Amino acid sequence: MALESYIKARRRQRDVLLMTHIVIGYPDYGRSMQTVEAMVEAGVDLMELQVPFSEPIADGPVILGANQRALAGGMTVSGCLDFAGKCAQRFDIPFVIMSYYNILHRYGVAAFADRMSGLGLKGAIVPDLPPEEAREYLNAMDRACLDPILLYSPNTSDERMAYLAEHARGFVYCVARPGVTGAATEFSEELTEYLGRCRAATELPLAVGLGIRDGKGMKYLRGKADIAIVGSHSIRTFDEQGTPGIRSLVQSLVAASAIGPP
Amino acid sequence: MRNRGYYSGFGGAYVPEILVATFDELEDAFEDAKSDPSFRKSYEQLMASCCGRATPLTLAENLSERFGGARIYIKREDLNHTGSHKANNVMGQGLLVKRMGKTRVVAETGAGQHGVATATMAARMGLECTIYMGEVDVIRQRPNVFWMERLGATVVSVRDGSRTLKDAINEAFRDWMAHPDTTHYVLGTACGPHPFPEMVTYFQSIIGQEARRQVLNQAGKLPKRVYACVGGGSNAMGIFSGFLDDDVELVGAEAGGRGLGSGRHASRLAGGQGSIGIAQGYRSYFLQDGDGQMRETHSVAAGLDYIGVSPILAHLQRSGRARFEAVTDSEVVDAMALTMRCEGLVPALESAHGFAQAFKEVRGLAKEDVVIVNQSGRGDKDIFTVAEAFEDPGWRAFIRHKAEQYGARELHQGTA
Repeated sequence: MALESYIKARRRQRDVLLMTHIVIGYPDYGRSMQTVEAMVEAGVDLMELQVPFSEPIADGPVILGANQRALAGGMTVSGCLDFAGKCAQRFDIPFVIMSYYNILHRYGVAAFADRMSGLGLKGAIVPDLPPEEAREYLNAMDRACLDPILLYSPNTSDERMAYLAEHARGFVYCVARPGVTGAATEFSEELTEYLGRCRAATELPLAVGLGIRDGKGMKYLRGKADIAIVGSHSIRTFDEQGTPGIRSLVQSLVAASAIGPP
Repeated sequence: MRNRGYYSGFGGAYVPEILVATFDELEDAFEDAKSDPSFRKSYEQLMASCCGRATPLTLAENLSERFGGARIYIKREDLNHTGSHKANNVMGQGLLVKRMGKTRVVAETGAGQHGVATATMAARMGLECTIYMGEVDVIRQRPNVFWMERLGATVVSVRDGSRTLKDAINEAFRDWMAHPDTTHYVLGTACGPHPFPEMVTYFQSIIGQEARRQVLNQAGKLPKRVYACVGGGSNAMGIFSGFLDDDVELVGAEAGGRGLGSGRHASRLAGGQGSIGIAQGYRSYFLQDGDGQMRETHSVAAGLDYIGVSPILAHLQRSGRARFEAVTDSEVVDAMALTMRCEGLVPALESAHGFAQAFKEVRGLAKEDVVIVNQSGRGDKDIFTVAEAFEDPGWRAFIRHKAEQYGARELHQGTA
């Protein structure tokens, strides 16, 4: 099933869905697979698998560190794609790839898209690739029947949101605040107004990322967005409490997102 | 972003969505300034009154005599305020920061020259200033850290990745992403997303404009060749841009480090070592592996120790307009020593790459020919590195003595 219809169907049962993120190969191949397994068993709705890059410019210290650790451990791009393929085969939720454009460019953009499609992945997030630079990528994703997931940010104008919506597929990744991954976000009126602008700009589901850590964030998003994205916080949780910590984090986030009074 | 800033397919603006509006604002401010005739004038006045421009063009008679080929002229960016060409770009961007009404600047630095220049500009223009510097560079360029801090800047030592210039650039971008409304990123070289390559070149072109005028006055002719070292490419773009429309060969000297075969170098264009990639917001040649991961680079000169190169220089190479050569660390140290002894000039280790390449080639030119070498900065900042390269015994004794003094003092304070 395509991402958008999967999300919309799943949303009939739950107010806010949960997307988690891992860096493939952090802290090593085996333990990143165990993390995926724990997240899926605890009820995550979809997952973002990051192919590590040496210059992850949009990531903060936690994910940056995980990228470096994965690369130092010898993680390669083809190893990452094999890993993602195994996930898609083993687990019955959609997986999307997150990476920086140079990784796709070096592999060959069309070849990368074809490989993702062949492995049963659903889409990709490439944070350093605005659609103005993305003709080759957008065409390749389209041919491979994959969803290019684009980003909105609080300082994206209404006009640009409409432009981005023309090229986005699957869902839109709404960056909750200025900055990189990993810092806390305040659930303010300003954020609510911004999410209102996002909602008005596209029919696609909205996923909100950067700084969501607990049930409070999930509850805040009810009625404002479709998916909460948890990234750096799950890596921090893994570092402190290992796989059991990941399991209970995901369980508590999923529990907080059941349909109910706001 | 309307104009994507492409040069033969190099360049572009690969920026995260959070910065798109900021880049639009910057591009508007730059375009607005460029079309305002009083802007360039106020920039040139500032460079004259504050930085001591025009910098001289010095005939190196002894070196010319020694090699017996073309006469060697040296463009003296070492005499620019803060000791290098970096101030040209920094002061210009500072004027733009004022036009945009921003209150804070961040910058990356490798050798520390750009960091010192930015801290100087920030002090003068009343801006808050944070400088990102790789930990490796903090260690090898400690004197510049001292000056940046004295000038009021906060210096952040970057411990990620290879802990050099590229990592400092990543951190400066991350800071900018978190504070796009108040902050401007004063990128120090002709790299990065559009409009930086064009904008940095616009300010640095003051070098080439002066040099062309001066060489015509002093030598009565245009040079056969112009030499410049190439890290990111800002001093090279600065001097080259004065001669682009002339019949003058443009030669860029990259860091050959321990030799191209050693893998320990920073030559992206010379010797076919680099390959096309997209990183730090632009498409150009990078030193990367088959997966697209950036490789470790090496140079005796911190300012050249960088993975990428200006997209405009990549374009000048592709179009055959410029030639790029690699110079090894030991050739650089020799060229620096010779320049000091023959001319009483102290080029920075970065600049000495351009000197070394010129010294290899001038014998092949006629006596009536002229070449220009861009001395992009002064070398006294490199005293620790240079003293080590020369294995200077007096310096070692001095450092040992200083360390003992500090040790004794701390011991004394500790027991007091």
